[in-house]
Amino acid sequence: MSDTPAIHAHQFDDSVQQHEASWLGMWVFLGTEVMFFGGMFLGYTFYRTAYPQGFAAASNHLDIWLGTINTAVLICSSFTMALAVRAGQIGQNRLVKIFLCLTIVLGIVFLGIKFTEYYQKFEEHLVPGWDFRFEGALVSSAEIFFSFYFAMTGMHAVHMIIGISLLTVLIVKATRGRFSASYNTPVELIGLYWHFVDIVWIFLFPLLYLVGRHLG
Amino acid sequence: MNDSVPEHRLHYLNASYGLKSWLLTTDHKRIAWLYLISVTFFFFIGGFFATLLRIELLTPQGDLVQAETYNKLFTMHGVTMVFFFLIPSIPAVLGNFLIPLMIGARDLAFPRINLASWYLYIIGGLFTLTAAAAGGVDTGWTFYTPYSSIYSNSNVALTVIGIFVTGFSSILTGLNFIVTIHTMRAPGMTWFRLPLFVWSHYATSIIFILGTPVIAISLTLVALERLFGLGIFNPELGGDPLLFQHLFWFYSHPAVYIMILPGMGVISELIPCFSRKRIFGYNFVAFSSLAIAVLGFLVWGHHMFVSGQSIYAGMIFSFLSMLVAIPSAIKVFNWTATLYKGSVSLDAPMLYALGFIGLFTMGGLTGLFVAALGVDVHVHDTYFVIAHFHYIMVGSAVMAYLGGIHFWWPKMTGRRYPEVLARLAALIIFLGFNLTFFPQFILGYLGMPRRYHVYPPEFQALNVLSSAGASILAVGYVLPLIYLIWSLRYSPVAGMNPWKARGLEWQTPSPPPTDNFEVTPIVVQPAYAYDVLDEPEVIYAPEKAAHV
Amino acid sequence: MNTPHVVSVKLYAAIFGALLLLTLSTTGMAFVDLGGDWNAVAAVAIAIVKALLVILFFMHVRYSSPLTWLFVGAGFFWLMILFGLTMPDPLARNWLTPVAIR
Repeated sequence: MSDTPAIHAHQFDDSVQQHEASWLGMWVFLGTEVMFFGGMFLGYTFYRTAYPQGFAAASNHLDIWLGTINTAVLICSSFTMALAVRAGQIGQNRLVKIFLCLTIVLGIVFLGIKFTEYYQKFEEHLVPGWDFRFEGALVSSAEIFFSFYFAMTGMHAVHMIIGISLLTVLIVKATRGRFSASYNTPVELIGLYWHFVDIVWIFLFPLLYLVGRHLG
Repeated sequence: MNDSVPEHRLHYLNASYGLKSWLLTTDHKRIAWLYLISVTFFFFIGGFFATLLRIELLTPQGDLVQAETYNKLFTMHGVTMVFFFLIPSIPAVLGNFLIPLMIGARDLAFPRINLASWYLYIIGGLFTLTAAAAGGVDTGWTFYTPYSSIYSNSNVALTVIGIFVTGFSSILTGLNFIVTIHTMRAPGMTWFRLPLFVWSHYATSIIFILGTPVIAISLTLVALERLFGLGIFNPELGGDPLLFQHLFWFYSHPAVYIMILPGMGVISELIPCFSRKRIFGYNFVAFSSLAIAVLGFLVWGHHMFVSGQSIYAGMIFSFLSMLVAIPSAIKVFNWTATLYKGSVSLDAPMLYALGFIGLFTMGGLTGLFVAALGVDVHVHDTYFVIAHFHYIMVGSAVMAYLGGIHFWWPKMTGRRYPEVLARLAALIIFLGFNLTFFPQFILGYLGMPRRYHVYPPEFQALNVLSSAGASILAVGYVLPLIYLIWSLRYSPVAGMNPWKARGLEWQTPSPPPTDNFEVTPIVVQPAYAYDVLDEPEVIYAPEKAAHV
Repeated sequence: MNTPHVVSVKLYAAIFGALLLLTLSTTGMAFVDLGGDWNAVAAVAIAIVKALLVILFFMHVRYSSPLTWLFVGAGFFWLMILFGLTMPDPLARNWLTPVAIR
């Protein structure tokens, strides 16, 4: 079990300062992400208050069970990610790699289910701008719903793909022995990013999948 | 005395040579130069578009360009000036150069991210220049829907991608500044000993971080609507154009505080130095910067008074807009009180600072005019609004930028600049500016609409005055370009502290070494201690273990 | 965040279990008519609880410095500004009915 001595970049006085700066830096970045997704959540709220029936009718066309399963998959991936960070903190390099791998696998499962849903929507002609068809008077508001559905879950999926890529880089670094109990900041920071992407989905799921389900 | 001769000492400019050493640098001071050259380039591009506008407006008829071309000209003028000059200028040039020096650090927290910021800025700029070369955009820099999302035949997607990418440059710069200021201050540099320049950049960074992502998503939605015909902003499909305006202005109003807060920070450095006095009301100025950043986020609906938004929302926004004037006024009072009984010298940077105070007051007061709902119904989309924001953007922000460039030029280059020419340029700029934009207040009040390439003949005299002023202003801007470049070779060498100013940046040689300070300073004075000039600002502890 | 606080596997597992339970309950409750807008309120409330669990425990905010809390809080506070000052417009758009000018 290698214990690499704590080194730090030259602009910092010591590794404690470097860690504090890196941690704060990731939180600042997540603040920007809150506002980025927040803009789309605002647009969603703007139109849901205007078109409650249209949104409910459109939401019922989403597969609630695939959505629930995907939510559970992401929660599992946050669990494995938290365990990966913990393993890094106690210098268990092998466990770090195992848990990072599990997180990646779960992320890929999520994306697989997501793209299956996308394909289903394509076949059902529910992709705006691509021969969109919706019976009844609520077609305009349904199309707006699906515009937000694809924009928001699409942007979320992009963030998942970036997260999976970053996790892959982490595994490579872990394999090369870059991390130890005294230096595992990258694992910690990408963990923060991954949890944030999970939180976005935690809000996306009820807002997109659970609108007006009680109306039958 | 050998230390004061730049060529014989190792410093950040001669530490390494070659294009790669500049394009792959992580030194915040070199990155500041990369930005300086790029923002100057975009400033003159934006100025070129403005020149064409003012030539067209010499006559009431549309004789120089067609209406569609005119629309492209004012759009490109706005996009270039706002996103590629005003927003980056002071933070990315002076902020990057000075913040580590002012707090006693060796560099920013994330030097490689700093370099990435510049590359993102350049890539965004290239997208926008490509859009210009491909025929431009005609939507106005505000990209209102559904014209921008459906009907415009111009290069909207290219331009919004450029702005999106450059937005990330802003975000990363803000991130870097916030983390640096929190974690890397030298021993003894407490929050309330920080130069007010640093406070104002901290406040600016809050806006960078929390505002920019919202314009990113609003432009993304416009691009998606254009590419996929979504209908989010299309009234015929149940969409609401006002959603775009809310998202757009949520950022773009705070953006104007991005453009002025750093300038206010510069003025807070210049006034004490050239009055030889401590600043009056340091705490008030510091907190007013934060107040402007926060309150600035609460007022965006004042751009939408006549858009069809709910009248009740309009009333709320009008009231909040009055509030945001208060912290700005506090700053003006404090600067003026600093001048009182000060020993004022009228070097070029001070001329810019004094001009700033006057012109910012006028711009700020006319902001109150347009913040009043009833008045705005009449002057919205007229030249009154244009004059108001140019008094802030040009009369204040650009002058603060030039004042700062002159003030810190000796520190950045190790050279002085020609003082007589500089004062002359400052005066030419001041006169040219007022001649250009004061007539526009009158034109707007009389009803001349903005964004029109033709106008009723009775407005011609004032338009001619404005265009004449613009030509004088242009001369004023070209002069520093020439003599500052000239000074690099021919001006006398500057010492460590030619202005006898307070501040850590003046406690290291001009130009500074790559790591800024040979030994980490320990701060023992409050900021602006001009009344105790014989007392040292810093002490040095015996050097601890050498950093790796 | 100088000496990292190592959370026990048991605590992580408990949070994980709670998150799964909350997910199942939010899906289940979606089929029950709670009247008016209460379905939406309940769904968002459950989402907020889930998000808080992730933030406080998985993201270690529970064990972090007040500065971290400030940054986390600021992000959500700004989101509330975006919602709080935009939504009055569409909601109050039709409160004022036009009156013919005599």
